[in-house]
Amino acid sequence: MILSFKPMAFIEVKNVAIRGLAACVPSTVVCNSDIYDKKWSGYDNFVNTTGIAKHRNSSKEICSSDLCVAAAEKLLSDLSWEKSEIEAIVFVSQTHDFYNVPATSCLIQDRLGLKKECYTLDIALGCSGWVYGMSVISTLMAGGTIKKALLLAGDTPSKFCSPDDKSTYPLFGDAGTVTALECCEAASPIRYAMYTDGSGYKAINIGAGGYRNPVTQSSFEIKNHGEGRDRAEIHLEMDGESVFVFGISKAPKAVKALSEQYSINLDDIDLFTFHQANLFMNEKIRNKLKLDEAKVPYSLQEYGNTSCASIPLTLVTRCAKQLKNQKVKHIACGFGVGLSWGAMNFETDSIVVSDLLEL
Amino acid sequence: MEINDFIANFADQFENTEASVFTPETKFRELDEWSSLLALSILAMVDEEYDVQLKGEEMRATNTIQELFDLVDSKL
Repeated sequence: MILSFKPMAFIEVKNVAIRGLAACVPSTVVCNSDIYDKKWSGYDNFVNTTGIAKHRNSSKEICSSDLCVAAAEKLLSDLSWEKSEIEAIVFVSQTHDFYNVPATSCLIQDRLGLKKECYTLDIALGCSGWVYGMSVISTLMAGGTIKKALLLAGDTPSKFCSPDDKSTYPLFGDAGTVTALECCEAASPIRYAMYTDGSGYKAINIGAGGYRNPVTQSSFEIKNHGEGRDRAEIHLEMDGESVFVFGISKAPKAVKALSEQYSINLDDIDLFTFHQANLFMNEKIRNKLKLDEAKVPYSLQEYGNTSCASIPLTLVTRCAKQLKNQKVKHIACGFGVGLSWGAMNFETDSIVVSDLLEL
Repeated sequence: MEINDFIANFADQFENTEASVFTPETKFRELDEWSSLLALSILAMVDEEYDVQLKGEEMRATNTIQELFDLVDSKL
């Protein structure tokens, strides 16, 4: 047998189709103009650059899993799928219910009332998480024995950002999503181009809290890291400039590599849904790829950067009508924390899109 | 890579600063128009024109256009 050598991590999955999408956000709306008025100056510059006017913050009681479970209940009902039909769930998040143990996907199996003959898996990725999660769950299903499965992708970054750090807090928002998949021989292939560069991990990281740097008392001490940047080691730290350069160079290259590998004409694609980082960065990416504005939806104005939820949240809140009524050719691209990124090409045909839920 | 081309590309990112202001010795962080957004525009220009991806800390360590030019040049 001759194995063909591929220089990059390309994956092509046949026989799996997306049947539905749903999303749930916390009901608390945070207006960045209010925060800026209270704490910092320069809101106009901020909002013109990032595009992020509002985001949602979850209360203390609401976890990422709660947002995802609410979305899943609604989508299963809208699809008229029986819970007993679900044989796999993958949960993508960096804000788990418990500190490492146990895996949140196990708890979700029980909370959704799924049968015990159910494959569950947690994946700890952020901005690239939906694309990675899709690659895992669709590959699992490609064998043909798991007929229906759910990908839950959600995060509550508001919980790990310092409210006094303007380089993170105003940018991120909380959201949970679910994507319903079904085995189907007539499905068009889903194609992926996946990448990782761990050497850049410091660009987006939380310093303390794992076993490498366990939490100590000093991890909670708030320190100043420049004007408007007060945070502790337990908080998210982001080097916006490094992330910006990473995003504008890697995301377009991933989309190009995917399209070249699978001979995809970008003109034939109806929707290009990118991770919602910030408007300035995303517009650079769009311009580099010379994509028509009308084909590149944004939800960041209203919901901010929602980590692994950003791509499905954007589809649910901005493209529902199109997705419900038409056959749509997609490219999606997630990029960020890891550093990890990936692009995917897929089709949807008149899928179920639930109305946005609030919790 | 020519310093004059680099200076022209650098100056292109500014809207309200005369092109004649920019020399190799210009301390760009001291210009009235300098902002965090301009820093991103410069990083994007370096990516697009020279296919060089700078890290935030590398960029922050430079003060004059010559220093930034040398940094980019060292990565070509």
